[in-house]
Amino acid sequence: MTRTEFWQGNTACAEGALAAGCNFFGGYPITPSTEVAELMAAKMPKKGGVFIQMEDEIASMASIIGAAWTGARSMTATSGPGFSLMMENIGYAVMTETPCVVVNVQRGGPSTGQPTMAAQGDMMQVRFGSQGDYAIIALCPASVQEMYELTAKAFNLADQYRVPVFLMADEIVGHMREKIIIPDSMAKTPRKALVKGTLPFKPDADLVPGFPQFGKGYGVHVTGLTHDERGYPCTTNPKLHEALVRRLVDKIESARHAIADFDIINPDARQVFIAYGAPVRTVQQVMHDRPDKNIGFLRLRTVWPFPEYALAEFKNAKCFLMPELNLGQMAREVERHVRVPVVNIQKLGGELHTPAELVAALEAHR
Amino acid sequence: MTFDDWYRQDRLPHIFCAGCGNGTIINCTLAAVDQMGWKKDDTVFVSGIGCSSRAPGYIVTDSLHTTHGRAIAFATGVKMANPDLNVVVFTGDGDLAAIGGNHFIHACRRNIDLTVVCMNNQIYGMTGGQGSPTTPRGCFSTTTPTGCVEMPFDLCELAIAAGANYVSRWTSYHVKELEKAVKVGLETPGFSFIEALVQCPTAFGRRNKFRQVADHVEYLRAHSLLKAKRDRLIEAGEAVPDDMFVVGELARRKRPALGVKP
Amino acid sequence: MRYEVRFSGFGGQGIILSAVILGRAAVMYDNKYAVQTQVYGPEARGGASMSQVIIDDEQILFPKVAMPGIFVIMSQEGFEKYGANAPKDAVMLVDSTLVHSRPACKYLEIPGTREAKQTLGKDIVANIVMLGALVASTHVVSEAALEKAILDSVPKGTETLNIKAMKLGIDLGKGSKQHEVT
Repeated sequence: MTRTEFWQGNTACAEGALAAGCNFFGGYPITPSTEVAELMAAKMPKKGGVFIQMEDEIASMASIIGAAWTGARSMTATSGPGFSLMMENIGYAVMTETPCVVVNVQRGGPSTGQPTMAAQGDMMQVRFGSQGDYAIIALCPASVQEMYELTAKAFNLADQYRVPVFLMADEIVGHMREKIIIPDSMAKTPRKALVKGTLPFKPDADLVPGFPQFGKGYGVHVTGLTHDERGYPCTTNPKLHEALVRRLVDKIESARHAIADFDIINPDARQVFIAYGAPVRTVQQVMHDRPDKNIGFLRLRTVWPFPEYALAEFKNAKCFLMPELNLGQMAREVERHVRVPVVNIQKLGGELHTPAELVAALEAHR
Repeated sequence: MTFDDWYRQDRLPHIFCAGCGNGTIINCTLAAVDQMGWKKDDTVFVSGIGCSSRAPGYIVTDSLHTTHGRAIAFATGVKMANPDLNVVVFTGDGDLAAIGGNHFIHACRRNIDLTVVCMNNQIYGMTGGQGSPTTPRGCFSTTTPTGCVEMPFDLCELAIAAGANYVSRWTSYHVKELEKAVKVGLETPGFSFIEALVQCPTAFGRRNKFRQVADHVEYLRAHSLLKAKRDRLIEAGEAVPDDMFVVGELARRKRPALGVKP
Repeated sequence: MRYEVRFSGFGGQGIILSAVILGRAAVMYDNKYAVQTQVYGPEARGGASMSQVIIDDEQILFPKVAMPGIFVIMSQEGFEKYGANAPKDAVMLVDSTLVHSRPACKYLEIPGTREAKQTLGKDIVANIVMLGALVASTHVVSEAALEKAILDSVPKGTETLNIKAMKLGIDLGKGSKQHEVT
């Protein structure tokens, strides 16, 4: 039996995590993500899991990685400067192939910026913010329902691909309350265990190695240094380093069709909106108010790896219109995949684009 | 079993310099772990970055070689998520007291059930000899070329003030005492901190008139002031020599602890 | 039918809670859709607090309120910041105990704070009095739904007090003369 609730996005995020079996949360309070931690503090112990408030976001990220190696489904949630502080250990999670979930309820930056206002200014930071070449998975919810569902999905993707998965929410979706239908249960992808006797960092055909959980007799050495398939540091062999980094990227990029989650509306349209997160809602309003086969919509839930092949579905597109709560971070990604103009409808300050602003953009680029 | 059974034979030789004190500390720690009767499968070693932090890579158990300064934060995640695991952290003075200082004091405050062994060589060895938060005043390093002008941290006093249940300090000279101290640390629920002063001939010794390894070890021995003796001096109203450091068991208490095996 | 309701007052009056209760009543007990949003400032007390609710029979796409049709204003500062520009065709409930200005739109004077204090002995339930008056005068949600949503949301042990406050508000809302635009 499903049930209906009237929840805040951040509540739905925490509840979605718990429904997905999240049993470790390490975090540090920061607006506008704090409600996630507060709900975890209240509910996690009742479910037999662990909540710990760490001394900063660096430690929060470290704690969830440590917990993950004991087999936990672990998560942290942050915003703004807290996300910047996590970058170091996000790189560590990538390098050590540690499954974990990081929620970023985005607020206005740079720096402390606008703690209580929405932004999508961390879309490139999530992709490239830690040093070195790598790939991650990032999902963007546009409703309270999706705060629940995509958080749960993030755990499955993290376990399947052994990579940190990011829920890139924003203050609007995180703080608004709306109707949500809670499903009976969430599908749970098990973490593939390492076959005993196999080298711990030797990948299977999907480029993902089996997981040697701590305490299970694997005797695995995990390091952020460049390592061989035994997990041992091997830092001056150029070929080994290149092969490792390429595999870490390829295991995500080569699976982007499987990871991708998007909707295509009116593929024959001449003008095509592309949106993710809260701006999706404005586009939906415009499409509802002006039913027109010549207005299309690529609505992204998976933002990284970017499903560039979806753009090719819009064969008649004369332009792509991208409302973003930033100065065109994802528009730049789209631009490198298409030959038609990409109109970036920028918005800073914390408020959502109004339907009228998007209609004006449609008219201006008709 | 002996401490030797805990080493990964396929990783030898190790990267430590000839004359380095770290091997002594790792041996003492593993000997204490061995005496605990812990199973390898239930024991996890965690470390950050620096010479000391390479230790877990040579040990057969599950191990987590993490980012600079963050070992204790990672270890907190491991221990809280699975309190059945025995978690030991290897760290150094730069890793623990500089970049990781905040994690250190908060782990002491939480009194989380970890044993942290700090190999304090009073310098950044791996990066070639820069000054650390424990470099003594007047000592030379590549970043204190005219002698260090800052006051050093007393890591044990810091741990005591922050709330650790067990704190002791020894040196690479005091092998038996150190082994015993680590064992008491492993046995004590809550946060246990064992500081081991070590010689570093490559980065510290050659810049600070310890050309011979034995000279440095002898210095550590000669400047160790037993806690009992220090206490007697204070009681007698006599001056405590300011060029000596106190060794021995400095705190052993039963404050409420976190993450203790049920 | 889409309703857009704005609540404003000072921090501590339960402005946000009022909006949450209204949205909850619509979603959980009237089988409608609702979106509740709020303005977050750094103040936990004082200042001008504002929260808005959209109630619709259909799924709500654009989640923000552009210009609400219904206002519930419980402080003078809240009026000046979030009520003074109310459009002419809007309707506003003002807590006449605390708001001395009057809008250019239709309005109802509800002495919510005075009644909460004098009749119920607790001015803390003034927001619930205002909610009762709102529902009685605009029917944005049913009275039954409002009652259930209040019971879901208030602290244990205060249910009777809050239901009394709601009923008091309903009476005030029904009895209040609507002031037309002059």
